[in-house]
Amino acid sequence: MSQSPLLQVRNLHTIFPTESGEVRAVNGINFSLARGKVLGIVGESGSGKSVTAYSILRILDNPGKITQGSVLFEEEDLVRLSPGEMRHVRGAKISIIFQDPMTSLNPVYTVGNQLSEAIRLHTRRNRQQARARALEMLTLVGVNEPEKRLKQYPYQLSGGMRQRVMIAMALACEPDILIADEPTTALDVTIQAQILELMQDLKEKLGMAIIMITHDLGVIAEMCDEIIVMYAGRVCERGTAEEIFYNPRHEYTKGLLRSIPKLETGKGRLMPIGGSPVDLLNLPEGCAFAARCDSAMKICLREQPEELRINEHHLASCWLNVKNQMEGGQEHG
Amino acid sequence: MADHLLQVEDLKQYFPVRTGFLQSRQLKAVDGVSFHIDAGETLGLVGESGCGKTTVGRSLLRLYKPTGGTIRFKGELVDDESIKRLRKQMQVVFQDPYSSLNPRMTVADIIGEPLDIHKLYKTEKEREEKVVQLLELVGLNSDHKRRYAHEFSGGQRQRIGIARALAVDPEFIVADEPVSALDVSIQAQIINTFVELQERLGLAYLFIAHDLHVVHHVSRRIAVMYLGKIVETASADQVIASPLHPYTASLISAIPVADPDKARTRHRIVLEGEVPSPLNIPEGCSFRPRCRYATEICAEQTPQLRELAPGHEVACWNPLFD
Ligand SMILES: Nc1ncnc2c1ncn2[C@@H]1O[C@H](COP(=O)(O)OP(=O)(O)O)[C@@H](O)[C@H]1O
Ligand SMILES: Nc1ncnc2c1ncn2[C@@H]1O[C@H](COP(=O)(O)OP(=O)(O)O)[C@@H](O)[C@H]1O
Ligand SMILES: [Mg+2]
Ligand SMILES: [Mg+2]
Repeated sequence: MSQSPLLQVRNLHTIFPTESGEVRAVNGINFSLARGKVLGIVGESGSGKSVTAYSILRILDNPGKITQGSVLFEEEDLVRLSPGEMRHVRGAKISIIFQDPMTSLNPVYTVGNQLSEAIRLHTRRNRQQARARALEMLTLVGVNEPEKRLKQYPYQLSGGMRQRVMIAMALACEPDILIADEPTTALDVTIQAQILELMQDLKEKLGMAIIMITHDLGVIAEMCDEIIVMYAGRVCERGTAEEIFYNPRHEYTKGLLRSIPKLETGKGRLMPIGGSPVDLLNLPEGCAFAARCDSAMKICLREQPEELRINEHHLASCWLNVKNQMEGGQEHG
Repeated sequence: MADHLLQVEDLKQYFPVRTGFLQSRQLKAVDGVSFHIDAGETLGLVGESGCGKTTVGRSLLRLYKPTGGTIRFKGELVDDESIKRLRKQMQVVFQDPYSSLNPRMTVADIIGEPLDIHKLYKTEKEREEKVVQLLELVGLNSDHKRRYAHEFSGGQRQRIGIARALAVDPEFIVADEPVSALDVSIQAQIINTFVELQERLGLAYLFIAHDLHVVHHVSRRIAVMYLGKIVETASADQVIASPLHPYTASLISAIPVADPDKARTRHRIVLEGEVPSPLNIPEGCSFRPRCRYATEICAEQTPQLRELAPGHEVACWNPLFD
């Protein structure tokens, strides 16, 4: 914790002005990522996980734009870089893989062509060297018959193989950070297990940090050192994996943990979170989760909770913590 | 035989697929599957994508004409004739609440459609009452009936899909990945709805999902499929606690556990390779190429389901006794 973080996101706001109004996708989030660590971002669909990732890389779809905040990477604010400067960051320093590899693989070029191109874009390798590196990368990510794969087109590969190729492409220039946006959501569990194992393996070998975006708390538990839990474009709480799983301090996180079916617990009713997801066009004044929260107090509906430090490894934004702390403080005082 | 609500014997569903110019081959999507479901119970069907789960579900409802085998519902053979009547007792809920509902129809019309088809009301007033009853049954309310499907969230749309299936007062529902597209918090709501409806209405389900946690939670028994065949079937708890088939064991082991301490300490079996194409099913046991326990016999003979413990059947030459 003493050394300065690799990436620091501060008070980031991202909006999409649309015909029906301003979609406030990311509303003032803060977090940091240490070198070589795995940070998980978890939350339900629409909570702003992908928009956070795209904001960091500045690959937002039109009309999305960052309206406030900064993304500090190696003492530079990525939000303020020129498009040209940003191009040197993407792929070379920070790269991303998506849920659907076909969104970033070009169907009309061979795997080998695309990999070599990606490599040549960021390094001084010539065509032959790039090809050699491509082969090396395919071998590294466990693609069988790599020589043959180089000559194949994306559609000729299975979903799992395509994701491996994507990872090879993302890691070809040895970035400091790999952002993985639901990389295994479309895959079967046995293939997911292979890809997660591969990512852990590569992290050990190459030493990059990973931002793992997923809605699956299981994947988070398996992979992550630190976790941020998002709801309606805000961070509910963040901290080490142990803190978030064993000492959750936000009612949304507690609800999430309760609602997953577990093999060891019995049958019968699950404990879901009631209500429906929030409308980002009409964000409430107070805590965005208040409408679905069984423990909501009056203040929760009116004012947004500040982020409160629970302990050295844990921060949470929930009025209940403020209340508990004040009551506890009085007892001790 | 007539004891079971649904009895499936040696069901086969082959599809002709083109493999080249003037060439076609049989794709054996379902290849000799037998199982039964009792009134009011849930059989969970799990397996990786492409193993034939949806095809089984669709064949039961005769949305496909089976290549072979028989399906009996309350002792009656399901065929082109009988299905017209049986549709009123056998319904389906699909995975995708977005594409399975017509966005241009109001909720009242979506739910009312099966009432119209089966002529289940006498007056308009009665129809409307039924629609409202159904909405309330699945946790929606009468305010929702004039709205269009696209105005609803995923979880609510799935509730509409369930209400539509319940409109004809069926005894059996094929639920094909009904919660796979939903967020966990909403998923739990819908799972509860399925469980509650079963208790209230005595429904039987074939509950299809690729998530073993979900299937275990809702099912009394589970059948595990691999490449068109059932490879193991037992009570839900037996399947999880003492899987006998190496495939089942690796499937369970592959599920990420939402508990960091357990996740770090447990030993995970990572299966190598991928499911082969159903056009190229390996000889003998089709799981053999990925199986660490495979022996010579596995390449030569296809193992059949055998009951190794009461109610616990497995198709494997080298089952995992310890
Ligand atoms: N191109 C866009 N135009 C308008 N709204 C968008 C766009 N992209 C994302 N959003 C909105 O931003 C919110 C957050 O989306 P996203 O980050 O993709 O969620 P997640 O990845 O957590 O599922 C959603 O409500 C989504 O509708
Ligand atoms: N109508 C069809 N025509 C040809 N092949 C089909 C058809 N429906 C399914 N299949 C094939 O049958 C196999 C089983 O599919 P399916 O039952 O959808 O699997 P699951 O539901 O377990 O994912 C797959 O290989 C699929 O491609
Ligand atoms: Mg996303
Ligand atoms: Mg299916």
